[in-house]
Amino acid sequence: MNTESMWYIFINACLVNNFVLAYFLGICPFLGVSGKLDTASKMGAAVTFVMLISSMCAYGIHALLVAVNAPFLQLISYIVVIASTVQLVEMFIRKMSPALFRALGIFLPLITTNCAILGLALFQTNKGYDFLQSLVYALGAGAGFTLALVLMAGLREQLGFTEAPKVVRGTVITLLIAGILSLTFMGFSGLGN
Amino acid sequence: MTILIALATLGGLTLLLALMLLLANKKLYVYEDPRIDTVEEMLPHANCGACGFPGCRPFAEALVEGKVLPGKCTVSSPEGREAIATYLGVDAGAEEKKVARLACAGGINVARNKAGYQGLKSCQAASLVSGGGKACFWGCLGLGDCEAVCDFDAITMNEFSIPVVDEEKCTACGDCVAICPKDLFSLQPESNRLWVACKNLEAGDGVLEDCEVGCTACGKCAMDAPGDLIVIRNNLPVINYKYAGLQSPDPIQRCPTGSIVWIDRDKGIIKGRESKKIIRQGAIKTGAS
Repeated sequence: MNTESMWYIFINACLVNNFVLAYFLGICPFLGVSGKLDTASKMGAAVTFVMLISSMCAYGIHALLVAVNAPFLQLISYIVVIASTVQLVEMFIRKMSPALFRALGIFLPLITTNCAILGLALFQTNKGYDFLQSLVYALGAGAGFTLALVLMAGLREQLGFTEAPKVVRGTVITLLIAGILSLTFMGFSGLGN
Repeated sequence: MTILIALATLGGLTLLLALMLLLANKKLYVYEDPRIDTVEEMLPHANCGACGFPGCRPFAEALVEGKVLPGKCTVSSPEGREAIATYLGVDAGAEEKKVARLACAGGINVARNKAGYQGLKSCQAASLVSGGGKACFWGCLGLGDCEAVCDFDAITMNEFSIPVVDEEKCTACGDCVAICPKDLFSLQPESNRLWVACKNLEAGDGVLEDCEVGCTACGKCAMDAPGDLIVIRNNLPVINYKYAGLQSPDPIQRCPTGSIVWIDRDKGIIKGRESKKIIRQGAIKTGAS
């Protein structure tokens, strides 16, 4: 399969190299907001949204840094630009759509400086994607993150009905399940780049 | 040269972004009721969740919107609630204070251990080993998980390893209810004075071999109580608190073990006349009787 094709990029980011379960990025929201299916899917949507924005920003900043011949500023400027853009978008949503803000608002400040977001920006630069490819990559990564979060939330909701021993209830069994989930995604390893 | 480019790029970038955010802050400012901050200041900042909201801030928002009354916060003092009510111009409203009550009285001076547990000093851990060392399967293990989890210092273990709740300090946050592996704690309105301090589901005098203050399901309390106030269900008296107005200390008087008690506001737990006096001050020896 052509490694440049959009489908390849999408599947690669979503399943093969899933950001949470293969790269172990964004573990904090993965464990923090996977308690309920409802919040998990909202969080997934928020992360996908921020990823798309940061992907666009990173593409622009990268072009700028190449133009002034200062690629060593990549890391710091990515963080600054992504954080402030998301802040701006958050203000915008708050003004324009209070309902959407209530649904996503509390998550947005949490994920602006998340490693999954920064990781995405750095990966797409390293892979040398063009603008459209970057967007598809971000979409795939967001979909993968949402998938992991929703899978986890579904499992944890079911866990509520099981008779797990009391000492492993809560964080312990969540971590165990996260490990098993990650192991199953290891089945995809080696298929992408 | 490089350093200049770096400085200029990053400086220009941050300046641009700062300007953008500054403008956005002005243009996209969202008005928020300033009363929310004031009301939040007046709340106890315990963020305990006893009111049913995630914290003091969401509760303050609901207060300002008039969805709830200040009385819903059982942690703040009556004066504090009154101050908020006056500030918002609403009725304070009264929410009956709830307290955590323990359905067990089997301290080490009255309840036998069938095994000596020597592991981690935690009820949660002990209950995993065949339900803990207590001879009574339902009884309090006495290792103080509830005392440790209480954020308000309302629970102290007494000399017989039984948690005692300070009703003044208890905010009914429910932490002890969640942590007790034997599910002995429950939140009760403070006015529920009649209380069954036992969860043993067995009947007959066999109960007394394990615990001197256990309920033997003799049913005397149910007979002495008016109407359907007390019924025996699963070998335990169950108090129908919907008839709470009928409560009196009478039903406890003939209880031979003192497992049904009257919790007095000032004098604490009162047992009936015919309950056996417990004189032993030390722990009962572990092992078969």
